[in-house]
Amino acid sequence: MTTLIWIAAALVVIGVYLSWTAGRLDRLHSRIDAARAALDAQLLRRASVAQELATAGVLDPAASIVLYQAAHAARQVEEEHREVAESELSQALRAVFAEAPQVEAVREAPGGEESLGELTQAVRRVPMARRFHNDAVRAARALRRHRKVRWFRLAGHAPFPMAFEMDDEPPAVLADRTGR
Amino acid sequence: MRIGIVCPYSWDVPGGVQFHIRDLAEHLIRLGHEVSVLAPADDETPLPPFVVSAGRAVPVPYNGSVARLNFGFLSAARVRRWLHEGDFDVIHIHEPTSPSLGLLCCWAAQGPIVATFHTSNPRSRAMIAAYPILQPALEKISARIAVSEYARRTLVEHLGGDAVVIPNGVDVDFFAAAEPRPEWQGGTIGFIGRIDEPRKGLPVLMNALPKILAERPGTRLLVAGRGDEEEAVAGLPPAMRGNVEFLGMISDEDKARLLRSVDVYVAPNTGGESFGIILVEALSAGAPVLASDLDAFTQVLDGGAAGELFANEDADALAAAAVRLLGDAGRRAELSERGSRHVRRFDWSVVGTDILAVYETVTAGAASVAADERISLRARFGLARD
Repeated sequence: MTTLIWIAAALVVIGVYLSWTAGRLDRLHSRIDAARAALDAQLLRRASVAQELATAGVLDPAASIVLYQAAHAARQVEEEHREVAESELSQALRAVFAEAPQVEAVREAPGGEESLGELTQAVRRVPMARRFHNDAVRAARALRRHRKVRWFRLAGHAPFPMAFEMDDEPPAVLADRTGR
Repeated sequence: MRIGIVCPYSWDVPGGVQFHIRDLAEHLIRLGHEVSVLAPADDETPLPPFVVSAGRAVPVPYNGSVARLNFGFLSAARVRRWLHEGDFDVIHIHEPTSPSLGLLCCWAAQGPIVATFHTSNPRSRAMIAAYPILQPALEKISARIAVSEYARRTLVEHLGGDAVVIPNGVDVDFFAAAEPRPEWQGGTIGFIGRIDEPRKGLPVLMNALPKILAERPGTRLLVAGRGDEEEAVAGLPPAMRGNVEFLGMISDEDKARLLRSVDVYVAPNTGGESFGIILVEALSAGAPVLASDLDAFTQVLDGGAAGELFANEDADALAAAAVRLLGDAGRRAELSERGSRHVRRFDWSVVGTDILAVYETVTAGAASVAADERISLRARFGLARD
């Protein structure tokens, strides 16, 4: 009889532990969702500002086309090519804003100051959002690889989380925040 | 935005983390945000209006020194009440791995949590043992901030994951606009820090002093900080003791004026620094800086471009560099000019914008902070079957 009680007690303890782990996993998944939404918002914001700058006529025609092309592609591309398109936008931004005089020229144009401010903010926030997203992904993956999660299928049908890998290096002239 | 900030260390004891939190809270309030700081404090201590006391911190031996920590049932209850009443959009926990309020808060809250890692101390035995307990709490943090690239590296190595680097902030103009004091000028070397803490490096500077005085006899060393003054000069020949002036604990205003006055500011710290806010303050005041080549210092000084570095704990190297600097006004002016330009990135206007950007990034697409109600057993099994 006592053995049965012990077994029952052990089962209850295991059950509570598993359900607690499932709760943990659930929280991690919602953290990834929030981080992914934030990353999407930042990427979209960056592409919008880039497109605005490209069509505003403040850049020379060649730079405008390069930037417009990249920004347009980043906004329209389907999900599986998104990382590449966003990386190309980063490269385009670096190419267009490679020199400080270019930034000055934009700043002097009407409304250029605000656009530039928005772009500076966007290129700073994209890497931030991406780091937070990938950090959440790493934490969830670490837990999901654990035996107890695999054996008891605690993750349910949630897809295995994937990191978002891209080149998010901002243009050096915009990243330098000392010249103010 | 309603922001809750959690300070792990006693508000009544001065320290880098406390000052950082105070300045951050004041900066955010000036920008029009609602800020509440939860900090351990004696119930009698007068607190600024934005600080909520979490009760008295208990001195406990932890990690090789006596730390003043908050834990236990009462503190946990206060944390929960603060979370309930604050109804924050985001909470910002400092030092979440110390077994104090930060960890309690991580445990008790859900929603957007930002955490700043200040120390870069290597993983302690206690932390290895507590890792499985720590991990579920640390998983709740949506965004991690490290105060330097060095602190970030330690964080990545020891806890995994990643962090963004946002340095500690300084009110650059406060230091830049301070009035120098004539009696602190003219061949002076400055040192600010606890006198009796060898980690702060005063003994290294004292060993170097005879060599400096041999070359430049008129030099004076101005020391500001708590500690036993007799003991500090005990190693010096009696004739040289007159060249050392102890100023004791000084106010923020006097600190700024001291940094504005000295010819060279020396930071001989021997280790355990993850950032080096004092260097940033010295640079803000336009003082030429000579610092030991710790990772954190090298980074703040832009690899030696914004200030000179000497080999850590090497009194001879320190003496040689100090003598060279004291005799070369051109080099000092150059360092001062470069430092003043470099230090702008540590101004609250820049640092505060970055921290707010983090808050906005984590709150986008997330609900507000709430106390983490323990889910009933049944709901748990419901979740488990999901």
